[in-house]
Amino acid sequence: MEKTEKAVITVIGKDMVGILAKVTALCAEKDVNVLEVTQSILQELFVMVMLVDITRATVRVADLGDILDELGEKMDLKIHVMHEDIFNSMHKI
Amino acid sequence: MNTSEILETINMIDNEDLDVRTITMGISLLDCINPDGEKAAGAIYDKICRYAENLVKTGEDISRQYGIPIINKRISVTPIAMVAGACPAMSPVRFAKALDKAARNVGVNFIGGYSALVHKGFGPGDYALIESIPEALSETELVCSSVNVGSTKAGINMDAVKKMGRVVKETAERTADRECIGAAKLVVFCNAPEDNPFMAGAFHGPGEPDCVINVGVSGPGVVRAVIKKEGAGKDLTQIAELIKRTAFKITRMGQLVAREASRRLCVPFGIVDLSLAPTPAIGDSVAYILEGMGLEQCGAHGTTAALALLNDAVKKGGVMASSSVGGLSGAFIPVTEDAGMIEAARSGCLTLQKLEAMTAVCSVGLDMICIPGDTTPEVISGIIADEAAIGMVNSKTTAVRVIPAVGKKAGEELDFGGLLGMGPIMAVNKASPREFIQRGGRIPAPLQSLKN
Repeated sequence: MEKTEKAVITVIGKDMVGILAKVTALCAEKDVNVLEVTQSILQELFVMVMLVDITRATVRVADLGDILDELGEKMDLKIHVMHEDIFNSMHKI
Repeated sequence: MNTSEILETINMIDNEDLDVRTITMGISLLDCINPDGEKAAGAIYDKICRYAENLVKTGEDISRQYGIPIINKRISVTPIAMVAGACPAMSPVRFAKALDKAARNVGVNFIGGYSALVHKGFGPGDYALIESIPEALSETELVCSSVNVGSTKAGINMDAVKKMGRVVKETAERTADRECIGAAKLVVFCNAPEDNPFMAGAFHGPGEPDCVINVGVSGPGVVRAVIKKEGAGKDLTQIAELIKRTAFKITRMGQLVAREASRRLCVPFGIVDLSLAPTPAIGDSVAYILEGMGLEQCGAHGTTAALALLNDAVKKGGVMASSSVGGLSGAFIPVTEDAGMIEAARSGCLTLQKLEAMTAVCSVGLDMICIPGDTTPEVISGIIADEAAIGMVNSKTTAVRVIPAVGKKAGEELDFGGLLGMGPIMAVNKASPREFIQRGGRIPAPLQSLKN
């Protein structure tokens, strides 16, 4: 079986219409499959965390980060893309 | 997917200055030794450029892939005194220039290893190298130098201590037009580790493999934040536990980066150095951690105890997180690189005497301390001897990196810029240890039993 590679996309910023739509549209364009989404509003701050499968992505994690950074700047949001390994290594033994 | 863990990590990076401080490639130069100095210098330049060609790019790629800042990419090499010993007719400065040129070519920001290990005595290249340090550091930009003058097993080479007082002073004088920065790139060690990735004391020990990747992690800001957020009302047992957990997480990140860098560069992974290395950025300060534990200001009575707790908890948390821990591993206390220490030194709360006591329990020693320009070489030697004695007796690494501020007095300031920071010139006890230092010889190695 092919090993799946995952990344975590986090979006933090002021809530507005269409954040999820825009981020997922970009993911779809790059063949990044969304596995899980959780989002919440904390004191008017929009926080969304997405787990995505990047095994078949047409871009590398680093480049996906750059593309989403651009979107983040346009929408005044902080968007991070990080390989899941970092969370696994920091929080699991 | 655990959202709170993910957000915690992102918060550490975004707001608490978590980063991998350095990926340092250690390169052995033993196979570059050649009686023809020019050939040796050429071989050194070629080998470094060949081995480290992709170091900077790989570091940047990993940083982008994982979303972790990797601040510095550096190189450490075999102590140059070993190479220089084979070509007595040539000044070792030629090698310093080769190192500088190679470092520029591959794009690293420092190269360490203009070094000599003389804890028991001098070899053929050692004298020449030590004498050439002031010239080498004033004529290069990226080269860092270190000299090991003592060890727990060998004692302290007081002839070397005597020399180094003068060398430190001369190095500062030769770079007086650049805030005496030469002295900030020169470390005098006791019990120097052979796999330390941090500058200015990094060198690639003779017992190391041909090439190796060592990673230094950092994160004083993260530890400080966790104490602030979760430390209220907790006793010191619980504080130590908090620090341990945090150090574990930080080190795991370093381990991941080290493994990945080693895989991509096809170079064996050496060690993770889990040091809390402060930067002048507000918040990224070891002093603030100590103050967070409840001291009014760093330097107050209680500082040494707080630092002992911190240093030990960092090690305990980190050791389990990495397959191989080494280097200096602990808490650094470089005055000019730590916003909290700078404030404490300015206000007079933190003195040289207190810092000396702190070095008995921190990971290194008297680090990045500006002293008055009229401090005599004998007094500097005295500072080095005291520090080496603390390291020798306590079986730990200690070091001295003081910067004599030429033409300036206590209370004035030096500003190096960048990671080296800035800081006030601290008062030094002027009573002369001249006769003691002039005696030379060796302080015998201490007894390893009857420890009281």
